Amino acid sequence: MYKIIDRKALNPTVVQLQVEAPLVANKAKPGQFIILRVDENGERIPLTVAGVDKKAGTVKVIFQIVGSTTEKLSHKAAGDYLQDFVGPLGTATHLDGLKKVCIVGGGVGCAIAMPVAQALHEMGAHVTSIIGFRNKDLVILEDEFKACSDVLRVMSDDGSYGEHGNVTMPLKEMLDKGEKFDMIITIGPLIMMKFVVATAKPFEVPVTVSMNPIMIDGTGMCGGCRLTLNVDGEKVTKFACVDGPDFNGYEVDFDEAMSRGRMYSPFERHAHEETCNLFRKEAH
Amino acid sequence: MANVNMAPKRNVMPTQDPKVRARNFDEVALGYSEDTAIDEAMRCLNCKNMPCVSGCPVNVHIPEFIAKIREGDFEGAYQIISRSSSLPAVCGRVCPQETQCEAKCVRGVKGESVGIGRLERFVADWHNTFCKEEPVRPESNGHRVAIVGSGPSGLTCAGDLAKKGYEVTVYEALHTAGGVLVYGIPEFRLPKAIVAKEVDTLSKLGVKIETNVVIGKTLTIDELFEMGYEAVFIGSGAGLPNFMGIPGEALSGVYSANEFLTRSNLMKAYLDNPDTPIMKGGKVAVVGGGNVAMDAARTALRLGAETVYIVYRRSMEELPARREEVEHAEEEGIEFRLLCNPTEIIGYHNPEDPRDPKNGFVTGMKCVRMELGEPDEKGRRRPVEIPGSEFALDVDTVIMSIGTSPNPLIKSTTKGLEVNRKGGIVVNEDGLTSREAVYAGGDAVTGAATVISAMGAGKTAAKAIDEYLNK
Repeated sequence: MYKIIDRKALNPTVVQLQVEAPLVANKAKPGQFIILRVDENGERIPLTVAGVDKKAGTVKVIFQIVGSTTEKLSHKAAGDYLQDFVGPLGTATHLDGLKKVCIVGGGVGCAIAMPVAQALHEMGAHVTSIIGFRNKDLVILEDEFKACSDVLRVMSDDGSYGEHGNVTMPLKEMLDKGEKFDMIITIGPLIMMKFVVATAKPFEVPVTVSMNPIMIDGTGMCGGCRLTLNVDGEKVTKFACVDGPDFNGYEVDFDEAMSRGRMYSPFERHAHEETCNLFRKEAH
Repeated sequence: MANVNMAPKRNVMPTQDPKVRARNFDEVALGYSEDTAIDEAMRCLNCKNMPCVSGCPVNVHIPEFIAKIREGDFEGAYQIISRSSSLPAVCGRVCPQETQCEAKCVRGVKGESVGIGRLERFVADWHNTFCKEEPVRPESNGHRVAIVGSGPSGLTCAGDLAKKGYEVTVYEALHTAGGVLVYGIPEFRLPKAIVAKEVDTLSKLGVKIETNVVIGKTLTIDELFEMGYEAVFIGSGAGLPNFMGIPGEALSGVYSANEFLTRSNLMKAYLDNPDTPIMKGGKVAVVGGGNVAMDAARTALRLGAETVYIVYRRSMEELPARREEVEHAEEEGIEFRLLCNPTEIIGYHNPEDPRDPKNGFVTGMKCVRMELGEPDEKGRRRPVEIPGSEFALDVDTVIMSIGTSPNPLIKSTTKGLEVNRKGGIVVNEDGLTSREAVYAGGDAVTGAATVISAMGAGKTAAKAIDEYLNK
């Protein structure tokens, strides 16, 4: 069992937990993830590591309430325990040699982008961060990004906070102006990452994307997280859990990944409703 | 010699009715009664040269334990088996006896061989039901050994070392110990309670089991030595599923057998766990002919599929699955499409409506008929496509069960650990790898093989580790 040391709601649907897991804290690097189970019989869900405190032996994860498991997880408080917590899994984001980087984060993806931005900042790289949210209420981690970014652009889809528009707008504007990045690292919804890649393409800037497909074991065993890369005209199957989660954005077949991501949507919606009903009943 | 039962046929294994069992996950084979076991034991000729023993990868003293059954001393029989095998209740159920011990049985020449596997299972089940004696933890010899993976090879190696007084820790990547015995082999063939009991026995012998530790990620082999372990055994299995590389394998509804079985077994979809989604019902094609393919097909049927096909590119003769599983599958109504090979998986695509929820889901599988040509280097006749014989199977789910490869996680984080072209860890006859004090066995070395051969490798390594640490 793994103890929750701290719980903080970052916005109405995004929660941050600090979990005691010394072995994971000792090893985890930006870009890697963990898999947890809330309770016995619970599903295994992957969450990217949002930070570690090696001394305290804790790992920070940030998640959005989207389904049954994250709903249950959001009801856990400091002092509660999680059934399982394993990691760090996947390969760390490759940051070696990068001097000028643009980080593009969307929604809860910003939680994953943040430790990458921090690591780059600590390396002495020039960091431009573009973070986007649907609206003002959903903005997270703005102060953290401010602290580690040389340039920060905060966007909202409806204009209720920061600049009005999506993340590709300032990116295109900067690239149009001749801004040169060694790398764009983007983390967020698949559709957003797809458009970040499309925006960067004419300027031939390398783009790293962070994939978060459905997976079970996280060690390469189930193959559920497979995705197709187009490498020099050839289709190659990769497993996000061991080969990723970071990939060359120009190679990823986003449409296929989006289609695979919807495989269990009706089931997930139903399970989430059932879980919400349970919590409602308990509250009464 | 006592009177021998000269019946040419072995005693029939009682099973659940095929129609009933095809819709439940209870164990298929029900096991011999005491009387039947004694009657079957009487068929053993107690051959002096014991050909059956040479057919067993762990050399269980077969005629000796059968003689004890004949005397009605079932616990005595158990004690004899457990000298060689640490998981008799498992092996009695999942070993391919027909190609091992039973293949060598003299009774098989003019009739059916003695039901050695069935007798082994009987003895182990009898012991588990009636013997209440707790295993005693031996006195520690002060040496510490780490085992990577809690599948059959790891559990065997751990058990053998613990019995000799070693302080053993088993590291398991998943949340439950047992490896393929819990994520791969379904309840109806190997009840989870049996595996749990074996793991519990090890715990009582003093073996520590640490779940949720991925060696190669959470800790490395080198760190295990820094932590004070003096030897390491790697039994990490052959985890990575292979795909065919045909179009359509990324469609929703295409699973690796590993994923499908893990969802059902480890993640308990077979118990209708509301947290584990799995495609059920409809028409299912399982591609492959091994035990894993049979397990996937029969699991799909029990989850509610209307029709389940086994699609295999060779003929029934070459089908590598255990004979009994094939028979059980046929009885349950699994349809065998032999000498067929998939060429493409077809998916639904509505060009009018990109939001159509059916988009991206499997609707069928194109196959081509095969015939057997010249034998390949292994002597198996190579399947060759028959031109113009393409046809389509109407299916909603496709399960790829065409083998697995060793997991590269450990290799990639362990300097100096030699692997072969296929990713299997290279070992000598003692199970020693290219690194000092690092041993390996099971599928991590051989690629996908059997539970019993993995156990054999765990045993060999345990013996070698004992000798190494006592030098």
